[in-house]
Amino acid sequence: MFPAIRIREVTKRYGALQALAGIDLDIAQGEFFGLLGPNGAGKTTLISALAGLVRVDGGSLAVMGHDVRQDYRAARRALGVVPQELVYDPFFTVHETLRFQSGYHGLRRNDAWIDEILAALGLADKADAYLRDLSGGMKRRVLVAQALVHKPPVIVLDEPTAGVDVELRLSLWAFVRRLNAEGHTIVLTTHYLEEAENLCGRVAMLKAGRIVALDTTANLLRRFSLHRLRLRLAGGGSLPDALRDRARQEDGYWVLPYQDHGELEGLLAALREAGCGIAEFEVGQADLEGAFLSLMQEGAA
Amino acid sequence: MSGLGTLLYKEVLRFWKVSFQTIAAPVLTSLLYLLIFSHVLEAHVRVYENVGYVAFLVPGLVIMAVLQNAFANSSSSLIQSKVTGSLVFVLLTPITYGEFWLAYVLAAVLRGLAVGVAMLLATLPWGMPQMAEPGWILAFAALGGAVFGTLGVIAGIWADKYDQLAAFQNFLVLPLTFLSGVFYSIHSLPPFWQVLSHWNPVFYMIDGFRHGFFGISDVSPWLGIAVTGATFVALALLTLAMLRSGYKLRS
Ligand SMILES: Nc1ncnc2c1ncn2[C@@H]1O[C@H](COP(=O)(O)OP(=O)(O)O)[C@@H](O)[C@H]1O
Ligand SMILES: [Mg+2]
Repeated sequence: MFPAIRIREVTKRYGALQALAGIDLDIAQGEFFGLLGPNGAGKTTLISALAGLVRVDGGSLAVMGHDVRQDYRAARRALGVVPQELVYDPFFTVHETLRFQSGYHGLRRNDAWIDEILAALGLADKADAYLRDLSGGMKRRVLVAQALVHKPPVIVLDEPTAGVDVELRLSLWAFVRRLNAEGHTIVLTTHYLEEAENLCGRVAMLKAGRIVALDTTANLLRRFSLHRLRLRLAGGGSLPDALRDRARQEDGYWVLPYQDHGELEGLLAALREAGCGIAEFEVGQADLEGAFLSLMQEGAA
Repeated sequence: MSGLGTLLYKEVLRFWKVSFQTIAAPVLTSLLYLLIFSHVLEAHVRVYENVGYVAFLVPGLVIMAVLQNAFANSSSSLIQSKVTGSLVFVLLTPITYGEFWLAYVLAAVLRGLAVGVAMLLATLPWGMPQMAEPGWILAFAALGGAVFGTLGVIAGIWADKYDQLAAFQNFLVLPLTFLSGVFYSIHSLPPFWQVLSHWNPVFYMIDGFRHGFFGISDVSPWLGIAVTGATFVALALLTLAMLRSGYKLRS
């Protein structure tokens, strides 16, 4: 079976900037795939190349076995893209917008599916509202709906939750999960690790146009700490040598990262043995941005 | 509906929804020209025997409005959807570049014709126009509209900002349409300008359109339709080559 997405040696240059520096990637049908990376890593460029909005300098891309240049009509029929930018045509209603989008794909009668998408995205009561009158969150939902009108087997969402409220974020995830369960391949770009952690089976990390890590989400997360112990010692004391190596200082606190709550007991025992009194103590989630950065540095090395 | 049909329908709906601006406003502008020029020139100018100046002027103003509005339709729709980014919704679909071009041009022709018909109706108080050979009227309006609709596609794709489009309109479209015999017959021009006018394809559109009304013209309508058709084919090929290359649309 051919992969949902097949990317081979793709390069793209903007003047002096190498936006994509040789990308190879296969995404299997039915996967929930995360494309992660800091701003400017090349995520949007890669997606645009897949959608035919950007023409690459070298390499090839295919969606469901259809080359995006030679066989662009079939490739675009197989692909639904939710753009990163909140773009919309202010002069039409939600319903008109979705009917046009169906028509562009050559679908004549699509109202049943359109109504279903509207309901699932909580847009049913906005069907006759003009796009210009909708809030940002509602416009984002319409963007998602537009990407789905032709029931594409492959759906790509480019930072769909940037600047979106929690409620929408949750309902969006529930909906995307459902689509994935129904067999759609989902590709999601985000810079929230947490989002990838909750949703994606596999992730690729992109940096400066290169894939610096590609693994299952579980494997990748194992490579850095998920939790942290933050504490202040009584009398301003110092940590025992064994712990000091893996700790860092932060505004008078010691921060100790660890992988799994089972390790906590050992850490506390080591402190007790060294005779360190604890004045303050706090357990929390690791700073994901920080973990991400360390992984990025590792990838660059 | 097919992709082409949908895009055409959307483009027509776009101007129809704001027909006060896209149809009524240009008709009013043309009527003002008619009022002013007929008042000033009626007693002084007689271009053809048996044709009063107002009767002569009306077809010229109508075809000028057809051409200008066909250009305005495709160019403003394209720049608007480029600036808002909503053009991406079309670019993401299987619509071919040929269908893309055709949809914008057909919508432009329909806008031009809508303005033309409204303009003719609005001039009825000045008298029922003579329509000697109506086939030429329709042929020159439609083909001329297609030429300017295509020019509008070129301008809309090329321009990144509204003021670049305005420059295209002010320095190319307006002079071309104004200086092509709307207000006069080129026979009244000095020889140099007469020769120059024969190199301006818009002159043939206006002359041929007017021929449909009076059955007389400066040059044969067959020559006129050939020049207009050749202009259309040349611009269409250029536009299709632009779209095919992805110029400004697919980076
Ligand atoms: N049209 C363009 N012209 C010039 N540079 C661009 C263009 N599009 C993107 N870039 C540059 O390419 C790099 C990758 O951008 P992008 O793919 O948008 O990154 P991401 O989506 O990961 O934030 C950035 O440095 C960006 O500035
Ligand atoms: Mg991006």
